[in-house]
Amino acid sequence: MNVNLKYFASIREAIGQGGETVRTQATTLNALRDELLARGGAYAEVLAPGRAVRTALNQDLCDGDAALSEGCEVAFFPPVTGG
Amino acid sequence: MTFTVSIQTQDFDVSQELSALRAGDARVGAVCSFLGTVRERNDGSSVASMELEHYPGMTEKSIAAMMEEAKQRFDIFAARVIHRVGLLQPEDQIVFVAVTSAHRGESFKACEFLMDYLKTQAPFWKKEVTPEGARWVDARVSDDQALARWGIEASNSVAP
Repeated sequence: MNVNLKYFASIREAIGQGGETVRTQATTLNALRDELLARGGAYAEVLAPGRAVRTALNQDLCDGDAALSEGCEVAFFPPVTGG
Repeated sequence: MTFTVSIQTQDFDVSQELSALRAGDARVGAVCSFLGTVRERNDGSSVASMELEHYPGMTEKSIAAMMEEAKQRFDIFAARVIHRVGLLQPEDQIVFVAVTSAHRGESFKACEFLMDYLKTQAPFWKKEVTPEGARWVDARVSDDQALARWGIEASNSVAP
């Protein structure tokens, strides 16, 4: 399926773009994160297990078990610091 | 005006916002508000300026959800949230939350609840310019703890 990825703040800077569309076999957010990790480079660094990465599916905060669907929007970002 | 949120680069007038929030509603006996401003110091460094980034779409959605939650929890009539994004300087206004109710207790509580919620659940990120260079602001454990007081578990600042 196709998934629309979005990156924000320090993760966006490290990856060098604000988003991309990827074709994936992953059915969960964790599996998708593993695919991105396998690319190495900045992806492996900022999405590494143990890093404080927050995730959203279709603009709702979610955890790694969240199920992906065709055309969904997945965002990776660091802890939020507004207010 | 009822429950509204604005994400904007431009400044806002607190007095006008407070007037508009309670205009035409004679049930209102209390208006509580919080105004967050840019400090000249953070984590031991002087801050020359600050850049605020957000996630368009999710930001509005998450704040609308937190207002809905506040409406369920507290006896309030209206609420207003404004959050600025883009480039800001020390002393600039960043965030405004205001709530109306019949008596002060409900709007005091709702205002604090909304700010605690926003701090850990709304997708904003601050980047500060300091003499040591630009740096992304770290999330604070104390903000997660502030939301926990309302019975909501937050793990914004913690790595899994």
